[in-house]
Amino acid sequence: MIIHHLSDKLLMAYSAGTLPEAFSLAVAAHVELCDECRARLASFDAVGGAVLNATEPASVPLSGGALTATLARIKSTAPVARSRPARISDAVLPEALAKYVGGGTEAIKWRSIGNGVRQAILPTSGTATARLLYIPAGMAVPDHGHQGLELTMVLQGAFADDDDRFARGDIEIADDAVEHQPVAEAGADCICLAVTEAPLKFRDLLPRLAQPFLRI
Amino acid sequence: MKPKDGTRWVFLLQKIAEKRDTEAFAELFGHFAPRVKAFLMKSGADHALAEECTQDVMVTVWSKAAQFDPSRASAATWIFTIARNRRIDMLRRDRRPEPEDLFWGPEEEPDQLDVLALQQESDQLGAAIAGLPDKQRIMIERAYFGELSHSEIAEETGLPLGTIKSRIRLALDRLRHNLS
Repeated sequence: MIIHHLSDKLLMAYSAGTLPEAFSLAVAAHVELCDECRARLASFDAVGGAVLNATEPASVPLSGGALTATLARIKSTAPVARSRPARISDAVLPEALAKYVGGGTEAIKWRSIGNGVRQAILPTSGTATARLLYIPAGMAVPDHGHQGLELTMVLQGAFADDDDRFARGDIEIADDAVEHQPVAEAGADCICLAVTEAPLKFRDLLPRLAQPFLRI
Repeated sequence: MKPKDGTRWVFLLQKIAEKRDTEAFAELFGHFAPRVKAFLMKSGADHALAEECTQDVMVTVWSKAAQFDPSRASAATWIFTIARNRRIDMLRRDRRPEPEDLFWGPEEEPDQLDVLALQQESDQLGAAIAGLPDKQRIMIERAYFGELSHSEIAEETGLPLGTIKSRIRLALDRLRHNLS
């Protein structure tokens, strides 16, 4: 059962279409696993619908031929029936993430970053970075402060910090003010999606020198 | 917007999906195309680009009408999502990965009472937004026209979304139940 959800701010920015790609990926991944946030997102889309509906028609009106031109285009466009899209169907990765990996968990191109921790950076544009992290059971994620917004969503296993526990589907939203030391629970290795606006500041487990190799 | 309008657009979209009804399309176009164009221009497009993209949006409305689920969205909401996606392409903004939708086949037609209730909730939400204090309403409009970054959006939106969210949640639960 998911207990850590997306914020209204994130849902509204995603609905409006203004989030950096890496953050949109985390929102999409969470919504696939969380019907509560899927419904909340649909309610923010409804706000967009209301804004569209209340928009005064353009001061420069549509050209007189717009409807005729569009009718000509739809004559050659057949309506698409509902059909089940091709799926990657991975037990760990939501479809939105599997598309970025190019397959299921077996297709993730892990790189070791020390102490058994592995990461795979996903190809997104813009100012934010999305990466998958693999943290062996019982292992601490390096203590880090944050610059800007960071989202961490659990895909497998669980981690806990001083205050909270995060299991599959849970998303942690952290900003500048938060310093924490999450630890992967004993039992199962933890896989999570971490999205950052800015480089992580590692303090403990990884020497600072390692940071340039993380390609953050 | 008059209360009957929401259900009228649903009716027209169903006629498009089932009968490829061009008269229904023309009526829908008359209401939504000028608004989509205004929306795109407020989002930064010039007249010619907005006109071209509006046609693209309306062609997508035609071709994807069968994928519209009126128990989870109003026609305005669904058309907004198409216009938003077109705007992202148009402005070459960051790609926007989407959650996989719940697949629903021909057996899972939306419940008519759910549809009616959702359309009414959507109309009421529209009225509630129109009645917000100017400052708050303008912040929301600017967010949806793409003028605000995530960090510029207020922590508390003040939007009364509880009822419509619960209604959509019920429709989702029903869909999940039918699928299992």
